[in-house]
Amino acid sequence: MSYVAIADRDHEQHLHDPQTFITKYIWSQDHKVIAIQYSLTAIAVGLIALALSLVMRLQLGFPDTFSFITPEEYYQAITMHGMIMVIYLLTALLLGGFGNYLIPLMCGARDMVFPFMNMLSYWVYLLSVLVLCSSFFVTGGPTGAGWTLYPPQVILPGTPGVDGGIVLMLVSLVLFIIAFTMGGLNYVTTVLQARCRGMTLMRMPLSVWGIFVATILGLLAFPALLVTGIMLLLDSVLGTSFFMPALLSMGEISEHEGGSPILFQHLFWFFGHPEVYIVALPAFGVISDLVSVHARKNIFGYRMMVWAILAIGVISFIVWAHHMYVSGMNPYFGFFFATTTLIIAIPTALKVYNWVLTLWRGDIHMTVPMLFVIGFIFTFINGGITGLFLGNVAVDMPLSDTYFVIGHFHMVMGVSPILVIFGAIYHWYPKITGRMLNDTLGRTHFWLTLFGTYAIYLPMHYLGIQGLPRRYYAMGETEFLDASTQAMNAGISIAAFFVAVVQLIFLFNLFWSRTRGKPSGNNPWKATTLEWQTPQTPPVHGNWGPELPVVYRWAYDYSVPGAAQDYIPQTMSPADVPKSDDSYDGGEGEHS
Amino acid sequence: MSFLSKVTAKPWEHAGEMEGLHGELVITRSAGRTGLLMFLAVISSMFLLFIISYYTRSRFPDWEVLADPGILWFNTAMLILASIALQIASNTARRDAGASLRNPMLVGGVLTLVFVAGQWMACEQLVAAGFYARGNPANAFFYLFTGLHALHLLGGLWFMILLGFRLNQPGRKEKARQTVTLCATYWHYLLLVWLVLFTLLLRT
Repeated sequence: MSYVAIADRDHEQHLHDPQTFITKYIWSQDHKVIAIQYSLTAIAVGLIALALSLVMRLQLGFPDTFSFITPEEYYQAITMHGMIMVIYLLTALLLGGFGNYLIPLMCGARDMVFPFMNMLSYWVYLLSVLVLCSSFFVTGGPTGAGWTLYPPQVILPGTPGVDGGIVLMLVSLVLFIIAFTMGGLNYVTTVLQARCRGMTLMRMPLSVWGIFVATILGLLAFPALLVTGIMLLLDSVLGTSFFMPALLSMGEISEHEGGSPILFQHLFWFFGHPEVYIVALPAFGVISDLVSVHARKNIFGYRMMVWAILAIGVISFIVWAHHMYVSGMNPYFGFFFATTTLIIAIPTALKVYNWVLTLWRGDIHMTVPMLFVIGFIFTFINGGITGLFLGNVAVDMPLSDTYFVIGHFHMVMGVSPILVIFGAIYHWYPKITGRMLNDTLGRTHFWLTLFGTYAIYLPMHYLGIQGLPRRYYAMGETEFLDASTQAMNAGISIAAFFVAVVQLIFLFNLFWSRTRGKPSGNNPWKATTLEWQTPQTPPVHGNWGPELPVVYRWAYDYSVPGAAQDYIPQTMSPADVPKSDDSYDGGEGEHS
Repeated sequence: MSFLSKVTAKPWEHAGEMEGLHGELVITRSAGRTGLLMFLAVISSMFLLFIISYYTRSRFPDWEVLADPGILWFNTAMLILASIALQIASNTARRDAGASLRNPMLVGGVLTLVFVAGQWMACEQLVAAGFYARGNPANAFFYLFTGLHALHLLGGLWFMILLGFRLNQPGRKEKARQTVTLCATYWHYLLLVWLVLFTLLLRT
């Protein structure tokens, strides 16, 4: 049996037209509404994680000052902060939020191919967030075992949250993975099957490539977290011994016997390292599009960028044990994983070079999104280079479990993707709402955030080299740390509070501009990609009006010699391109 | 067009050629099938990681081989028959647009329920014989494998029931008939998974 593209089966796309307020905004199957639901939920839970980080910084910067922060609460704060940021904020926002919004619009589809499942994906995600947050209210509170949930500590008496928090955490993770799988199957299938006519794989914007490959990584890597989660849950609830060894705990012999904590670590990091790229690849893709649009220049090395995304995706599955050098392993394994870690730096560095080369001799517009792009490139280089240090066994050994590691992964996995998310929101907000975000507030937000985050994380590298260990509630008196260490920790805490307060500018801008921002028109950045060519802004249900778009060119025709405008939309046929003496109005359409 | 030739194309050189009209985007596979294949990849990843964990854990000295209940052979035969019944439904849907799919789908569903019930009985037999989950990791893995596999089958069964309703709705009948093939593929796949797990359980 042969099938034709969904683009040619247009009538099938009207099955889920919203009829009421409930189906339009609550139980919505529209990818744009689901994207906004995902994004708002992720940002809300991210703010909780931000507040938890401030609790940590209060304790670390000013130990013995705040009696309401007990050691147990400190560990619960670090655990929940890490897990929420990595899974429930970054993964959900970049794939559930941006993936949902951008894939159908950038591919020229009316919606995701399985809209009902897409809707379910969001509601199960919300359920997972609620289950996670409910652990704050159960006896003993949330788990405090660290975001990696390493056994045996995680389920031993004395660890915060052992009564119920850990169970809720694991159940929440299982729910999240179910939600992600439902969403992920949609993203991949939509990219493969619902692109409009003319949108070949190599005409797709790099944002779609990044989200597409990251989703495949997620679909294959999240099962590792599912497997560890289920087995750990059984160890915790039923008393099985998948991971739990026999041990003496609180003066008593535990009921477990023979389990392997190292097996847990292998499984966890088999998920954990691809997770880095599940977050990074969409960010790479978005940056590639932003840099091209705001430098008015085609992306340098498009094919290399695609190949690099694919290469990073594949290699990311064979580097996981570089997180486990101190856990002990065969030296040849250490050599292998150090080598693969260095190899994955090659396609990653290639992408950085290409962003810089796209800027080179470009017509750079210093817009707010471009500021975030440049901030990202700097930050990612910083975080990436310290990653090369830690990828080497001999260098990692003394630096492991110090603030150097904290500084590294916050630069590469925290600040970098967050800068991308901010840049992307400033870039696509006009399409989502029909209004521009306030420029002055945006610039203020950028500079204060950038300098503030550097004031937090750069000193951490120094503290780490000094030997300051991570995860300690309070250092007390030590011989190897001088008094300046504590002074620096206090400074970091002040910077952290400063950065947190600065985010209020962003939140205010989001809400204020929603009604009072300057109307954006259809294509304020004069971009080529399909999402800017919709007949209405914001796009209505079905995105494209009666006819689906047809694509005639790749996504990066900026500053084409001989063309009247410095961009040619993907939907413009060669015959319609105005020459330098013609005029072209920029494709301004109806604005709703 | 192979994937390699797609990703080595130079998109900036061919403005105006709408390759989607008669080339790449004439898709030979339904969205449902692509989605199913991706889902099977996800399940494969999960069971593969479980199997690796099983193998790793089985090399520890505390591992004790558990008895294999004889009913597992009967269950396996039931799942094979269920798979065959669904293949018959799939063949019928493709060959004859008017033929009823009720009987083969019903038989497939009932045999699947018999399989799941049989797996439950196998677990009960093991528990009655003292093979508790917390007693040894081999026991725990057995319950885990059979439970997760049965859960996937029950999920498929729920989908098949929905499909059965759609087959009776005039507006959705044609698409539902195409989906029967996906149902059969899913059953074949879960049969394969069970055969791998069963072999593993028999050999260790």
